[in-house]
Amino acid sequence: MSEHTLRRTRLLVVATAVLFIAAACGKSSTTSSSGGTASTGAGSIKPIKVALVAPSATNDLAFTQSMFDALKRLKSKYNLDIAVSDNKFVVDDAANAIRTYATQGYSLVIAHGSQFGGTVQQLAPQFPKVSFAWGTAGDTFGQSNVFAYQAASDQGGYVEGVMGAALSKSHVIGIVGPIEVGDAKLYVDGFKAGAKATDPSIDLRVNYTGSFSDVGLASEAARSFIAAKADVMTGTAQMVVGAIGVAKTSNVAWFGTQSNQTSLAPNVVVASQVYHWEVALTQIFDSIRKGTLGGQQYTIDLKNGGEALEYNPAYSLPSDVKAKADAAVQGIKDGSITTGVSG
Amino acid sequence: MSRFLTITILTATVASGIRLATPFLLASLGETMGQRSGVLNLGVDGIMLLGAFGAYYTALHTHDLWLAVLVGILIGVVMGLITAVISVTLKAEQGISGIGVYLFGLGMSDLLFQKLVGTPVPISSLPTLKIPLVGTIPGLGKMFFQANLLVYVAFLLVPVLAFVLNRTTYGTNIKAVGENPAAADSLGVNVARIRYSTVILGSGLAGLGGAALAIQLGIFQSNLTQGAGFIAVALVYFGAWRPLGVMGGSLLYGMVAATVLTWKTLGIIPQSASDLAAMAPAVLTVVALVVVASRFRQPAALAKPYQRGG
Amino acid sequence: MTMGNATRERIFRRGWGGLLVSWFALPMAALAALLVGAAMLLALGANPLTGYHALVQGAFGSMNSLTATAIKAVPLLLVGVGICIAFRANVLNIGGEGQIVMGGLASTAVALAVPKLPGPVLIPLVLLAGAAGGALWGAIPGALKAYFNVNEILSTIMLNIVAVQVMNYLLAGPLVDRSFSGFSLIPQTKRLSPHADLPVLINGTQLHLGAVLAVLVAVAVYAFLWKTGLGFRLRAVGLSREASSYAGMPVKRTIVLALTLAGAMAGLAGVILVFGSASHRMVTDGTATGFTGSAGFNGIVAALFGGLNPLWTIVSSFIFGGLLVGGDFMQIAVQVPTALIVALNGLVVVFVVSIEYVRRRARLRAEPVWEAADRHPPLEPAATNSVSADPGRGQE
Repeated sequence: MSEHTLRRTRLLVVATAVLFIAAACGKSSTTSSSGGTASTGAGSIKPIKVALVAPSATNDLAFTQSMFDALKRLKSKYNLDIAVSDNKFVVDDAANAIRTYATQGYSLVIAHGSQFGGTVQQLAPQFPKVSFAWGTAGDTFGQSNVFAYQAASDQGGYVEGVMGAALSKSHVIGIVGPIEVGDAKLYVDGFKAGAKATDPSIDLRVNYTGSFSDVGLASEAARSFIAAKADVMTGTAQMVVGAIGVAKTSNVAWFGTQSNQTSLAPNVVVASQVYHWEVALTQIFDSIRKGTLGGQQYTIDLKNGGEALEYNPAYSLPSDVKAKADAAVQGIKDGSITTGVSG
Repeated sequence: MSRFLTITILTATVASGIRLATPFLLASLGETMGQRSGVLNLGVDGIMLLGAFGAYYTALHTHDLWLAVLVGILIGVVMGLITAVISVTLKAEQGISGIGVYLFGLGMSDLLFQKLVGTPVPISSLPTLKIPLVGTIPGLGKMFFQANLLVYVAFLLVPVLAFVLNRTTYGTNIKAVGENPAAADSLGVNVARIRYSTVILGSGLAGLGGAALAIQLGIFQSNLTQGAGFIAVALVYFGAWRPLGVMGGSLLYGMVAATVLTWKTLGIIPQSASDLAAMAPAVLTVVALVVVASRFRQPAALAKPYQRGG
Repeated sequence: MTMGNATRERIFRRGWGGLLVSWFALPMAALAALLVGAAMLLALGANPLTGYHALVQGAFGSMNSLTATAIKAVPLLLVGVGICIAFRANVLNIGGEGQIVMGGLASTAVALAVPKLPGPVLIPLVLLAGAAGGALWGAIPGALKAYFNVNEILSTIMLNIVAVQVMNYLLAGPLVDRSFSGFSLIPQTKRLSPHADLPVLINGTQLHLGAVLAVLVAVAVYAFLWKTGLGFRLRAVGLSREASSYAGMPVKRTIVLALTLAGAMAGLAGVILVFGSASHRMVTDGTATGFTGSAGFNGIVAALFGGLNPLWTIVSSFIFGGLLVGGDFMQIAVQVPTALIVALNGLVVVFVVSIEYVRRRARLRAEPVWEAADRHPPLEPAATNSVSADPGRGQE
């Protein structure tokens, strides 16, 4: 036997051995999740098993973290048993995870990514007793067990744009984004609308770097804004931490979104639009408890508190700027101001 | 375009390009040493990530940036030792082992980051060092002579490594081992020891490159390097295994990326062409190589484990 | 020097001791990696036994698992087969990621252009389109290497980057699904023509035609490499450019062909990733891995573990696919971050590839005769023990 036949035979033997072992163990029941143990507090509320399948890490300070934090905040109220599959950006891997959770008796599977829509559409009919929540999107596919959720991030963006234009002395604002799509585009367009509404002559420098996660590019984009004389900056997606770092060292005001970014640069962060997905989640959980597993679409915005502007107490915001912001918030809430983006 | 051609914008762009190039340059110089002695290390990106996290974590808890840099280098050295054992002593298939190291580094750095740090916390950056005299030249001073110390270190390493390769016995041995290990062996050169040293040195530089990146950005994130290690490997080929060429390649890549960023900010590149513009550094690097039509060939024993008598 | 029959006999009879060690080395290596992984699991407060049970279960423990593994293995196998072609011609194709992306894009574009064509016509058409897209992305570095001496590692890595930006541009622009329900569009196409759905082979599972196709392609490439003149030429160029050139073979064209074929294989993987997927769309998150799942790199590992033999690559892809699928299952079962699974994959690869040495030393220690055997030309063409990046001496 040649060396190569030996090597390949060995490979085959290993493969066969593994298959035998697996088959031998295969008869046992599926393993149950050892995720967060359900607390027996909160009276006799039955625990709800909820799974989150997300495209990035739970500590990305952006999209995924916002949903994960919301679930954690609701954990004791609804006696949640939370399981997470993070970094599932490949749609088929996410599909496998969603399917696995569905077969393991989870009451709610959250497919946290717009790209998972096709998967949810295909899987939901196969698991009629499981509730699926999908976002950010607006379509429930006419399925009775699919919820959809999204954020009107342009609203908070608009208000921050108002503040940014009012604050800027050089009348140049830098905006860094990933790719011009989805939630990112929504926020940026809202910010631009708000800035223009406050100061029509404001110079808005928008830079879509082409990546959601390239921190280095975001950092250099921020520097290019500063070279172009920007004294206010904003941006979205998990790569903005790079831009915030530059804002910090260059003492340029920063507006954040998706999560409270004050801790990253306490001297320059003015405010952050924080997503409170709890507003949508509580409605979803209540609905599931009552037996309705889907068919409803939820939007978090300024009016229902799903989005909130959290100001940095350490930043001394001039009172007239704050007044403008408050007026904008009020205007959006009562409908007198429209951002012109999400309508 | 006229907005671009102002002194402020030009100097900022050049400085930005140099900053972007520095991590590539460090890792690429390291890989050059290793490849010159005949060892291909595809795991550079993973080592950079581990070095970056190590530096970040150290800076986070000790607030001592130099200690952080040291930790980054040390992690690189340890990973280099492991890589050397795998590639030189165990004579494993260098293509696969490199990818294995990359996956390990990618996963491990992310895992440690999630478990030990959680939500990202910023660290301080290195202060900008203005070199006396030259740093005050208007325009040029800001472009080249007002960067942080690691940038200077990276560029100083270029002539140092070139000197080592071309004018020291050690360098001659490295080249001999990379071209014809059997002949070198017969002349009394310890092939394994040379390869160990270059791999460890190379990985140490990769760790330093990662540390430089983390400190430059002032933060860590999952997959911070975004494939910079692979680009560094590619640049070794661009540079024809010579430190000067590698520096040229790193600068080209960094400058083009910086220029694209600036042009996007200034609106010279319209929004619609944003994605296509992002491919410019890659395309231009290949075009540049075609134009230059490298006359150099690679070390003949590259990626071939050496076994005496084999 | 050739080996006499008597020598061969002696090796046969006396080699079994060393053989036993070498047989156990590989599983031992995998075990060692998993032990390190167990330590990591323990450090995170997870139960390694639950974890590994889930890993094996998820990979091979049920019909669903086996089909999931098979599906995961398909792109690995296709890319791996392409790597077999390229590496045997001594061309290092690191451009799998970009070629997969271009294959996906080309096939998607075709499906969007002619959605009404019936399945038996549309499916071969998209497969062809995808193969062509990938082939183009292989031909470019191939030509650059053959005619301009641009190293293929450089050009393929750079083209990966280019492919991602082309994908971002197309999927967020001309090919985007304008009917998306969210407030703003995402970079994905609309649901592609059902006529192009790869038919499911086993009801109730996801296992689709792609699996059969991939195996057929592997067999075909094996036949190509060892049973055709063109394949022989390819391998000859891989072993020695000078000798082949001296023998009158068109070396440059062969190099281009090798990379083109490798690209075509990866392009096919891209087609299958789109049309065999659960969502039947092409979507991007701005990176190549978001679409390929790193198949471009994992395929290299699979091919090298398969000794650059397409038939053995079938086995190694399946096992590697099992590791990936099982790993995700383990992540769900013990709720550790996915990053741990990635690191574990890396560990397994490193340990397994390192164990070759122990295996070799075991043979050497046990039987001096083996050493003699090593000095003689191998009985089969060397499935390169080392990945050689040598374009040959001198210029072409």
